[in-house]
Parts: sequence; C-alpha cells; structure tokens
Amino acid sequence: MIAVLKHELRSYFHSLTAYLFGALLLVFVGIGAMLYNIQAAVSNFEFVLSFCSIVLAVIVPILTMRVIAEERRQKTDQLLYSLPITTVQVIVGKYLALLVVYLIPLCIISFYPLIFAQFGEVYLATSYGSIFAFFMMGAALIALGIFLSSLTDNQGFAAGIGIAVILLNYYSVRLSEHVSSTAMGTVIAFGVLILALGAVIWYLTKNENLAYGCCFALAAVLILVNVLDGAALEGLLPDLMEKLSLFARLDTFVNGAFDLTAIVYDMSVIVFFLFLSVQSLEKRRYN
Amino acid sequence: MITVEHLTKYYGDFMAVDDLSFEIEEGHVYGFLGPNGAGKSTTMNIMTGCLSATEGHVRIDGYDIFEEAEKAKKRIGYLPEQPPLYMNETPLEYLRFVGEAKGLHGAELDRQITRVVGQTRIDGVKNRRISALSKGYKQRVGIAQALLGNPKVIILDEPTVGLDPIQIIEIRDLIRELGREHTVVFSSHILSEVQTICDQILIIAKGKLVAFDEPGNLERRLLAPSEITLTAEATEQEVRDILSGVGRITGLDLEREAAGNVMARLKTEHDDIYEVSRAVFFAFAEQKKALLEMTLKKANLEDIFLELTDNARQGAPASDAGTDAGCGESEEAEQ
Repeated sequence: MIAVLKHELRSYFHSLTAYLFGALLLVFVGIGAMLYNIQAAVSNFEFVLSFCSIVLAVIVPILTMRVIAEERRQKTDQLLYSLPITTVQVIVGKYLALLVVYLIPLCIISFYPLIFAQFGEVYLATSYGSIFAFFMMGAALIALGIFLSSLTDNQGFAAGIGIAVILLNYYSVRLSEHVSSTAMGTVIAFGVLILALGAVIWYLTKNENLAYGCCFALAAVLILVNVLDGAALEGLLPDLMEKLSLFARLDTFVNGAFDLTAIVYDMSVIVFFLFLSVQSLEKRRYN
Repeated sequence: MITVEHLTKYYGDFMAVDDLSFEIEEGHVYGFLGPNGAGKSTTMNIMTGCLSATEGHVRIDGYDIFEEAEKAKKRIGYLPEQPPLYMNETPLEYLRFVGEAKGLHGAELDRQITRVVGQTRIDGVKNRRISALSKGYKQRVGIAQALLGNPKVIILDEPTVGLDPIQIIEIRDLIRELGREHTVVFSSHILSEVQTICDQILIIAKGKLVAFDEPGNLERRLLAPSEITLTAEATEQEVRDILSGVGRITGLDLEREAAGNVMARLKTEHDDIYEVSRAVFFAFAEQKKALLEMTLKKANLEDIFLELTDNARQGAPASDAGTDAGCGESEEAEQ
C-alpha cells in the first residue's frame, strides 16, 4: 500500500495534475475570500467555502479521472494484478495519495482564517469546522471519482460522468422542490432508478439473471409498498434527494452546527465507493 | 514448482482453456507453443493471478495463486504480452515502485535494482523516460521488472513479438541466460524460437495441451505419420491395385499428372518408412510399372506442430476472438 501511495504521489507531482488541482482550488477560494472577507468585509470564512464548493464538481473529476482509467489504457493494471499486493491495498493507496494532493491546498487555506483574525473578530470554530466538513465532502467526492474512473479506460468519459453526477448532487436540493411528491411520482422515479441499478449490476457482473432478478425483486417491493401503504411513498423522492446531497450537509456546518451525522454520511459514501472500486477492479479478473 | 490442475476458462460462452493440466519443474526453460488464440496468454494470465479461472487450480511452490495470492505471487515474475510500463517514468523510478510493491526496501532494493539493470543491460537508458525508449528496451525494462524480488519462476508472454531481428536475438540470449538461475516459462507462436531456447515444450491448441515433451523426444515421438510421394507411369486404378498389396499404408491420395502419370501421396508410420518404400518399389517392379520418382519425407517438429494443432482445431472453427488479450498484433511474425 505504501508503495502504491508513494508511486501515485510521485506521478501526481511529476505531472501537472496536482499543481493544477491545487492552483484552481486556491484561486477560487482566493476569489471567494476577496469577495466576501475583503470587499464585503464579512468575517465569516465559512461562506467562502460554501461559495467555492461548486468548484469541486469540476476539479475533483479532473483529479480522479486518470487514477484507474489510465492504468487500464496503458495495461499497467496487469502489473498491479500480478504484484503481491491486494486490490484493496491498490485502491486505498491510490485514495490516500489523492487525499494528500487534496490536503495540501487545504492546509494553505486553513491559514486564511488566522490571517483574517489579525484584522478583526473571526469565528474560528465555525471556520475550522467548515474547513473540516469541506475536506470530508471532498474526500467523499474523490472516492466517487475513483469509482467512476474504475469503470472505463477512457479518462474523458470518467471526468464527464463525474462532473454530471456531482452537479446533479449539488443541485439535488433545489431540484427536489420541483419533483413530484405524489406517491405515483415516487413510484415512477424509483422505477427508473431500479432500471438504472439493474443496468449497473449487469455492467459490473455481466450476469443477466442477477440484474433481472434484482430489478424484479425491487420493483415487486415498490409496487407492494404502493398498494399496501401509498401514503408512505408521498414526498419520499424529494426527501431522499435532500438527504443524499453532500453539499447540503456542508451548509449545516457553514451555519454553525457541527453535524456528526454529516461526517458519518461522508464516511459511508467514502467506504461505499471505495468498496465498489475494489469490486470493479476485481471484476476485471472475472470477466 | 508450478502445478496446473484441470484449468478451464470461459469468456462468456467461449471456451478459451479446456481442462488443462501440467506440471512445471524447477531448473528448466519451458516453451509454450501454440497458434494465435490457442489460449497461451489466458493460461499465463491465470498462472500469474491476473485472471480468474472458471475451474481448476494453479499452485506455485504449493501455494494456491488465488487463496494464498501474496505468497504465490512473490515466487513469480511476470511479463505480460504488452509490457506494463508507466510511460512517463524512467526505468529507475519504475523499478523502484515494482520493487517496493514486491516488499523490497532500503539497501536490498538498491542492490536488486542494480543487479537487474545489469542483467537486462538497460544501464545506459535507466534515466530516460520509458516512452522515449525503443521497443526492445521497453521489453527489457519489462523483463527487469519481472526479475525483481528474485522470483523462482519467470513467466514471459511472447517476449519477442514485434522486435527487430537483432533485438530478438538479444532477448533470446537473455532468456537463455535467465534459464541458468530461474525456471523460465515463455510463450511463442514461432516454433524455431522455442526449439532453440527451451528444454521442454508445451504445445497448446484450442485451449488443450496437445503435447508436452523435450524437443528431441517430440521429434522422435512422431505423432504425425511420415509421407512418401511417388510418381508412377500407370493409371490411377493400377496404382491403387498395386498399393493395396502393400501393407502399413495409412493414407493414400492420388492425383493425375499431365503426362498421363499418376502422383500418389501415401502416409505411413515412421518406423516403417524404409520398409514400406522398399515394398512399394518391388510391388511396382513386379507389375512392370515404372516408378519415375519416389521421395521420403520424415516428420519434423514443424509437421508435428501443424498436425497437433490441426487436430485440435477440427470440429470447431478457429477463433481468435477474446482469447489472448491484445493478441491482434502478434500476427506479424518474424519467421
């Protein structure tokens, strides 16, 4: 694992990726700090993070797109399979390397509240709480990026899907106000989700029976719930969209509450996508 | 050293490896021979843990490649068909990563890197970017990677494909050299190559092991019948009648020639070939039919190979699809 970590770090700092990622993050945080803290003279640094969070939708997929897709394209994944290291070690090593790349600009950013504190009163607790939440959210997005990169050998595809998925997540709270909250609307939306899930299962396992089986089982549960207790489904879709939003949870911190459930949610997302990445890598051995 | 038991691999419905079993012993150079799409790369990928088997086991030094992967993999060095190189690194950086992943560190890592760099003669290019190296050097960096950690077995998948003749000779010499210290298994679809380097040959066709022996023994075994070609001044019927009086002919093929002569191609078992040819000669002489020409052709390794792989092909059409990953380029044989 350490070998993978060192190797990845070396390759990030040999290429432009790490510098580009860090520079973009710093530029946008800088612009935010200028607008809020300097021009508008607001002492809350956390607003800057809330403002900048959308930037992650672009720079995280750019950072993560090559992580596994490139190994596949160069066929170096064969080397990783033949080395005496496990897939878990490979994924965790790669993930930790990405976290380091992400942490470096964040370390620089974490000096900002202290600097501003020299010129007035800054709520350091909320500032650092938000920086921590910002880190956790980014860490979750990086895990998602690794998974998307493991699905393909095309970096552009990985980045494109990544940007789309993160943007969808970013806007999901606002979109949730516009989606149908009736039971029927929920049933239709879940039906589509079930089909999508079936497609993903089929893609990962290439097992048609399993994909169909899962689809039918979930559809049966959905219809059963709808028939037995239609009221339970009302408002479920917008509710779910709000709950799944990583960005909405950052805002809790920005508003001054240290929300442990958000941290737990971020951790679950990280573990979930790293687990899927390992499976995706393992699957290549079984195709 | 390596035990392969009842190995079977399906890609969807396509059977790439079909109940393959063999044993590889220490201290030999083994050649995996087979036409493209025979299942060589698939077998090697399974042997090195890069691919799962549908059924069967592979044990390296007693360790199962799937269940005790780490221990098993420490005992093998593998160079896949396409060398798995990080193009924007230097060979030195690359070898350092592979060495660390194989659990080497500190002075031992440096010592081993120096050793494999010397062995594969990449000292002159060790600080250049891999992407800028020639194909031969890339192949050497790939072999150097396989040598790190001093594994007992080195597995090389088509190490000479796509190289120019000088590079091919160099890589062959290198393999021969490696054979002194390691057990080497390498695959090829070029018979002469396997013949010159290996002391054991495995012939694979349609995912089945069709022969496993020393090159000399294979030639002596003569699975392919030998052939006698003759031209006689007679009609087809006469030739057929005369030859029916001669025993031990296992196959007969007649062809009318322009000058009214008949050309016959007969097959027989090798041990009998001189006896059969003598009998054929006297049979024609008795009937006062002139034999204008008679040629004996003994089976050689090439024939055995073609015969074995042809037999295995019969029944199912040969298909390259999906068997050997990236096998498409290997057609450009340098025979």
